[in-house]
This record gives sequence, structure tokens and C-alpha cells, in this order.
Amino acid sequence: MSFPWAEHYAPKHPLMQWVDEKLPLPRLVYNAIGAGYPVPRNLNYFWNFGVLAGVALVIQIVTGVIMAMHYGANDLVAFSTVEQTMRDVNAGWLMRYAHANGASFFFIVVYLHIFRGLFFGSYKAPREMVWLLGLVIFLLMMATAFMGYVLPWGQMSYWGAKVITGLFGAIPVVGEPIQTWLLGGFAPGNASLNRFFSLHFLLPFVIAGVIILHIWALHIPGSSNPTGVEVQGPQDTVPFHPYYTAKDGFGLGVFLICFATMLFFAPNFLGHPDNYIEANPLSTPAHIVPEWYFWPFYAILRAFTVDFFFVPAKLLGVLAMFASILLLFFLPWLDTSPVRSGHYRPVFKKFFIILLIDVAILGYCGGAPAEEPYVMISQIAAAYYFAHFLIVLPLISRFEKPLPLPGSITESVLAKYGKADGEIAAVPAE
Amino acid sequence: MVRIGAFLVGLFFAGWLFVSFLVGAYSYVTEPPAKTVEQAFHLPPKHVAFSFDGPFGKYDKQQLQRGFQVFKEVCSACHSLKFVAFRDLEALGYNEAEVKAIAKQWAIKTPSVDPATGEASTREPVPADYFPKPFANNVAAAAANNNAIPPDLSLMTKARHHGTAYVYSLITGYQNQPAALLKQFPDAKTPEGLHYNPYFANLNLAMAPPLTADGQVTYGDGTKPTVDQMAQDVAAFLTWTAEPKLENRRKAGLATLLFLLIATGLAYMSYQNIWADKKKAA
Repeated sequence: MSFPWAEHYAPKHPLMQWVDEKLPLPRLVYNAIGAGYPVPRNLNYFWNFGVLAGVALVIQIVTGVIMAMHYGANDLVAFSTVEQTMRDVNAGWLMRYAHANGASFFFIVVYLHIFRGLFFGSYKAPREMVWLLGLVIFLLMMATAFMGYVLPWGQMSYWGAKVITGLFGAIPVVGEPIQTWLLGGFAPGNASLNRFFSLHFLLPFVIAGVIILHIWALHIPGSSNPTGVEVQGPQDTVPFHPYYTAKDGFGLGVFLICFATMLFFAPNFLGHPDNYIEANPLSTPAHIVPEWYFWPFYAILRAFTVDFFFVPAKLLGVLAMFASILLLFFLPWLDTSPVRSGHYRPVFKKFFIILLIDVAILGYCGGAPAEEPYVMISQIAAAYYFAHFLIVLPLISRFEKPLPLPGSITESVLAKYGKADGEIAAVPAE
Repeated sequence: MVRIGAFLVGLFFAGWLFVSFLVGAYSYVTEPPAKTVEQAFHLPPKHVAFSFDGPFGKYDKQQLQRGFQVFKEVCSACHSLKFVAFRDLEALGYNEAEVKAIAKQWAIKTPSVDPATGEASTREPVPADYFPKPFANNVAAAAANNNAIPPDLSLMTKARHHGTAYVYSLITGYQNQPAALLKQFPDAKTPEGLHYNPYFANLNLAMAPPLTADGQVTYGDGTKPTVDQMAQDVAAFLTWTAEPKLENRRKAGLATLLFLLIATGLAYMSYQNIWADKKKAA
């Protein structure tokens, strides 16, 4: 579906006409990300990150497939085959570092994409399905990233696998059998490594599939925009191509500059030195920490230190950690304010900034050792995290008095770029 | 319903976290956590400058050769270097014949099979071989080293925070246990057979000071082999063993960034150009 004024695909070349009759794939692309997709004309740079996440996935798949050609998924050789890739494969170091840092950059752009959605209310009707599918992608990414981190079979790989599968062990009665079943043994070993490799190879393609659904669902109502006001007519939109392809091209350049700087000049900055030590089941690292993108959730996991009657603290932590992501699935029904954009919600905006700081604090505490004062800080921060989404947000949307919205997208654009006199007011909302 | 349920769940998690916080804060105030001996006396690595520091730094091949000599004459007696092959030494400026000679004369022989009898035996390493390990297995390594297994050094400088400075600091950091430490932690006396070193994570390590006197190694290039110099050289060598492609990486990085800056500049201009008519009043 699209707006009635969308441009129609009309191939001129006979070959393209022939293809269009037999398999209208170019037509599909044209309508999805070409001139046939009308997009609000006022998108800001925060709308670049969806495309960038797609690019990041492609980088991961390309580098990952090449890495897999040189990798041995066996606990005896995994570590050394990765090292050989770094040393003896042409540009192997580039593939390895691009893949490791690519994962981090994938999460950076996805987190920005998610926070964009949170601030501008992109999860609200009629785009709930876009949001839900996005969260599915996020969960799949987390699973993929976790399993990928196990593959080099370093110390953090091994102990990370042990801790994370141990989370399932916290479930009463069935927990330990589940953990053993997941690992294929009583501790991480060759069976775990093999299945993680298999799934790590599979899941990115599942992600690609869900991304197609995510974009499909997006194209039903069309893209949201920074004002949160719906598109009212042709004057509010521009064709995706060339307008947003050009803008995304520039955004992609900036992204790649950041990525290349990290990849070529500080490739181990985001990693943990312990993962350059081969996995050793007999020696526990001093501090077991996941990769940085899991730190906020790790902080929530460790924040529960007191048993709740018969429920052990560890189980509470596990439940809370899963709940911290699952609650986002309910967001479209928790935030009932009809105003989408945070720009027109003064109270929401303040709490949103607190949430940003709160998540940053959680991240910091999650990367720090499980000692005081970090545990106390993460307890307060985690309490706010839950309160924000489950208590504060529904209350704000009930009592907040939003600012007046612009009459239309075009009106808000003209207010920004038009002459700063009465002319703006004279432009009809059409 | 969703909002009532969410409110209750939120109240439970936030409330119980607050209770946990109060419990933690109470014990933090009543019994403040005591500093451990490691927290009190462990030191971060010393600051030391190398030719390969910074985004444009390059390895000093003379230094790497000296560091290799220190490794050969001192470290290799106990430590393996299993991810590095003799052929890799060409990157240090040795030619093919020299590498062949280094391999041939290496003190430890490569495990092999006797071609006549099929029994386990050894042979002289060739350039294609990885550096042979000094001990047949971990049990032998532990038995010969006061029950500690000397770690492989190939990746040591990447397996520690600030690894290059760490290796240098550790080698030059041996000292007597400070009197203040024993006064504050009477139980923390360095056990028999271990050696006090504040740069080591738990302060006492099994390795005896490897470089004890100036001139322990005789350098061919005329550099004065002080303990400090030898420690720097071997730290540089181990940085190369951990990251042999460092120079390729930085060179490729500069070219990539140059390309990306130009491409992004052009992309920006085309973006501005395409949008020119949309960014002004109609």
C-alpha cells in the first residue's frame, strides 16, 4: 500500500518491461525503497539509523561468511583457527576486526534507532507492528551476538556461555535440565560450541527475514516523522529516491568513517583482553563481563541481591532482565498519549532525558565489577528503569498537557526554512 | 488491564530493587567493605613510550630483533610462542637464509615421528614450523615451574589491559614486599617460592625475575643491554607477536579514511543539491 500520489513504476526499456511482466522484482524495489515510496519530507538525521542497521547486518553477513570459511567449530581448534585467520589469511585480520567491531556498531545504530522510536513515539498506532517486529529483531540480534562471542573460545567466550546459560539454571525444578540441554553437557564444551556456531550462522538470515516483515509493516502506514503529525497530502512527502537515498548516502559515509576509525585504529578497544586467553574451564576470570551492549541488562540481572520470600534473588534477576526487554512489547499500550513526538510533550521529554541517563548509568554499572557502590547504584537505576516504562509513562500520558501540534508536516518545514515573518502563518495547511 | 498489570509489575520490581538497595546500603554503612590487599597495592602499568604508539607509529625492526633475542635467550626456556612461525620472522628484517638458520639452531626441537620406526622423536625446526613448545604438556610445565604453567606469550600483550606497558612493567617491577603492606595485611606475606610484583594482578607470581642484570643478553647492534632496555625490547617484540599486521592495518586505515572523507564530502554535496528546492519556502 502507498499514498495515492506515489509515483508508478513504468519501465521504458523493453528488457525491463519484459522482466516486469515475468517477475516484478524491480517494481517491488521501486515501491519499497525507490521513487515509488513517498516519505515525509521532514525526517531528521535520526531517521538514518534504520538504513544503517541494514548496512551493518550486511557487513556482518559478508565478513561472517568469509570468517566461517576459515573457522573450525571444535573446542580443540576454535581459538587457533581464529588466530590463524588473523595471521595467515589474506586480509583475515580485516575480516575478523570488521566482524567484531561490526557487531558493536550494529548495536550502536540499533540502539539509536530504538531510542529514536521511543522519543518520537514511532511505536504508536498505526505502527505497533513495526515496533513489535523491531523488538523481535533486537532479541534475535542479542541471541546472535551472544553466540558469536562464544565462537573464538576465549576465556570470556567460555565463561560468558557458562553464565548466560546458567541464567536458565535459575528456573526452579526444570532449570538445570534445561541448562544441560542447551549446552549439550554439564558445562560449555564442544557440543555447545557446535550448536552455537550453527545457530550463529542461521540467525542472521532469520533477522534478514524479519527485517523484510519490519519494512513491509512500515510501508502500510508509511514512515513516521519528527512532528508525529500524519501525512495529509503530496506536499508533505518526497519520493524516497532520490531524496532519502541521497541523505542516507551521506549518513552512511559518516557511519563508515566512525566504523573505519575504530576498526583500523582501535580494534580491540571495545573487546575484553581476557578473550585473547584460550578458554580454560579450570580458571575463572576475575570479572566476567559480557560485551558492552549487554551491560545495562547485566546490571539489572545483578541488581537483585535479596531473596523475595521463597523466590531466590538470582531468579528475580533473571526474570527482571527478561522483563526489561519484554516490557517494551507492551509500550504501544502503556503510552496512551495521542501525541507521538516528544517535541510536543514537555513532561515526557524531561522523563525521556532521565531515562537516557538512567540507561547510561546501568550500562556503566553493568561493566563494572559486582562490588559496592556499583550494585547500589544499579539498584536505584534499575528501579527507575522499570518505574519509567510501567508506572511513569502511563501516568504522564494520562495527565500531561501537550503543546499545540503544527497543522501539517509542510507547515512545520516552512516554519524552519521559510522566511521568519508572517508568511508562514499564511501558508494553508491544505 | 494492560496498564494495571504493568503498574503492579513495575511496582514489584522497582519496590523490591529499592528494598535490595536499602539492605545493601545498610550493610555498606554498618560494615563498610574493607579494601583487599590487591586493591590497596596493585599498580597500573608504568608509562613507557614505543615507536609504534599513536595512529602513525611503526615497529622499530632493530628493536624487534633485539626483543626476539631476549625472548630466545631468556623467555623461550619456559614460555611457548605457539601462534608464531619461524617464517614470520622475516617481518623483523631477517632474510630467508637467516630465518632458516634461526630455525635450524633453535634449542628446542620440533616433535616428529621417526620415519624408520614410527616412534615419537624430534627433528630440527624448519621455517614453516611454529615455535616448538618448551614442555611436552601442561603437567611437565607445571612440574618444572613450582606448579605454575608458564603462559603462551603469542598474544600476551593483547590479553592484558595496556599489554605492552604491562609486560614491561611486570619484568621491571619485581621488588621486596613493602613494609606498609605487611603492617596493613599481616596475612598477605608473599608465600615461599613466589615473587612479589605490584604489577601482577594478585601481587605474587611464580615467575622469578627473568632479567636480573645488565648485559644478560649481548646485543649485536651495539645497544646497551640494560635491564630496562631489554624489558622494553621484549615488550615490543611481544607486541609484534600479538599484532603482526599492525602496520598493514594502519596503512589500510589511512587509505580507507581518506577515501571515505572524500566520498562522504561528495555525498553531502549531492544531498544538499538534491534537497535544495525542498529546504526553502515554496
